[in-house]
Amino acid sequence: MEYKATREAYGKALCELGKKDSSVVVLDADLSGSTKSKEFKKLFPDRFFNMGIAESNMVGVSAGLALSGLKPYASSFAVFITGRAFEIVRQSVCYQNLHVVLCGSHSGVSVGEDGGSHQAVSDIALMRSLPNMKVIVPSDYNETYMAVLATFDMEGPVYIRTSRAKSPIITNKDKFEFGRADVLKEGKDITVVACGMMVSISLEAAQLLRNSGIDAEVINASSIKPLDEETLVSSVRKTGRVVTVEEHSIIGGLGGAVCELLSKENPVPVERIGLNDVFGESGSKEDLFCKYGFTKEAVAERVKKFLNG
Amino acid sequence: MEDFRQLEHIAREIRKDILLMLNRARSGHSGGSLSVVDILVALYFGGILTYDPKNPDWEDRDRVVLSKGHACPAWYAVLSRAGFFERELLWTLRKLGSPLQGHPDARKLPGVDASTGSLGNGITQAVGIALAARVLKKRYKVFCIMGDGELQEGVVWEAFMSAAHYNLSNLIVIIDYNGLQIDGKVMDVMGIAPLKDKLEAFGFRTFEIGGHVYKNLIDTLITAKRNVISPTAIIARTVKGYGVSFMANRAEYHGVPPSDEELKKALEELGNGV
Ligand SMILES: Cc1ncc(C[n+]2csc(CCOP(=O)(O)OP(=O)(O)O)c2C)c(N)n1
Ligand SMILES: [Mg+2]
Repeated sequence: MEYKATREAYGKALCELGKKDSSVVVLDADLSGSTKSKEFKKLFPDRFFNMGIAESNMVGVSAGLALSGLKPYASSFAVFITGRAFEIVRQSVCYQNLHVVLCGSHSGVSVGEDGGSHQAVSDIALMRSLPNMKVIVPSDYNETYMAVLATFDMEGPVYIRTSRAKSPIITNKDKFEFGRADVLKEGKDITVVACGMMVSISLEAAQLLRNSGIDAEVINASSIKPLDEETLVSSVRKTGRVVTVEEHSIIGGLGGAVCELLSKENPVPVERIGLNDVFGESGSKEDLFCKYGFTKEAVAERVKKFLNG
Repeated sequence: MEDFRQLEHIAREIRKDILLMLNRARSGHSGGSLSVVDILVALYFGGILTYDPKNPDWEDRDRVVLSKGHACPAWYAVLSRAGFFERELLWTLRKLGSPLQGHPDARKLPGVDASTGSLGNGITQAVGIALAARVLKKRYKVFCIMGDGELQEGVVWEAFMSAAHYNLSNLIVIIDYNGLQIDGKVMDVMGIAPLKDKLEAFGFRTFEIGGHVYKNLIDTLITAKRNVISPTAIIARTVKGYGVSFMANRAEYHGVPPSDEELKKALEELGNGV
């Protein structure tokens, strides 16, 4: 299996978009090597703007560029672009429903050693709560690439969440559709809904569960907003139980979105796997995944307990 | 003429500790840690700071906020040498469960007065700590160490504005002016010049000094401590990666630890024979 970080795909897709359309402009806040927007800068230096360590202004400037008919793509670490700049994202971007694409890299605890101050665990919740904002958490490199290309024809603001760490390439789509979830493995006993690199972990967990006689359905919900209500509800009608898995707080992220949907459409017990209302901390990605239950073994164990409990 | 050889010796030892810590952690920020060493050594070992390592929460201690939190390996090495915690802890940097987090965590490590890491957030807390002294009728000083790239954050200037508005003469801001950030030179990424004029216009009594020269550092810090009229800013001209020839003045070493081979070379340059 090939391993690549989703942030790499962001840089590659930006270059593609830059070639396609001269209205694409890219902004970063002194992290262009980390977010990979630097790739665009190499090809189109005149359409790349480093705004310095000033995320709030970067987002406000992006709004101004969008008001002037350009297509801005702005990136930083997920904590800073959704946190420091939040109010500007709300007022200048979302309130005006402007086509601004924000990319937050280094999300979740897989950031590793930099620690809790740098690990975004509330960004999905923040962005999801804003009217007009769409939220995409792609599961792998290929999907990220397709998702970034797909943002070009979208209207309004989009938030794309990428990761620092490498993860297996598991998808092979030639098109990304907003509001569509993919059933990656069919099953009848339980629905496992995941996003980001937790999708591949969930697939591996499903393999382990098979050995214990549990047939899990695994769904990639990379489009968290809009959510694919039809696919989720019909899966849950079949299985009757849901586990959500995300590298994010269990409050307000994918788990929250799924609960909001099901509470109205088809109430069933839901187990949310994520950070249990805590911040992350320093450590290797591997150590942190063990501690916070993001390994395939831990996910499989939680599913088993949930089914038997 | 005073003799600063002892401080220079300590600084060399601190630089060696930093390189060892980062090498063992296999991650972390080399450049900005090396550039800030002499500022920290002057504060802790140059007779500037009032502190008691056995009583880190002492109400009357001077406060230190490392607003450029990514340079914490330098601070940790200094705090340990000053007696705040065991030297052995240094080798746990950035590992799971360590109080030596990748960015300073005030709840986990004695000597750390505010958690930082997100740039711009240290200075705002430092203003609050300085303002609190007025309410609490305390005479402590607040030393806040910042990066030059960090000054690009808008909130920094909100903090400066409020510090001057409230005449926080107990606030001393030291800027590690190494001319580099991550994506390159500060002047190329997002210029901050003319810095001294800006700081003065914002109401700071401002000094510009050599940030690796102990006489400059100590004299200026003593003057700043005596200041009773306005907040003080010290622009300390430094070299990112100072002390290690192949890291000096190179943005590439911002967030990269020394490899085993680089460590060996660096330790030799700093004088292995201690
Ligand atoms: C709000 C925020 N944005 C971005 C970062 C990522 N970051 C860490 S260090 C750094 C560059 C800092 O440059 P400077 O302040 O000059 O520090 P130094 O050169 O002393 O390392 C950046 C952008 C951060 N920590 N916080
Ligand atoms: Mg700098």
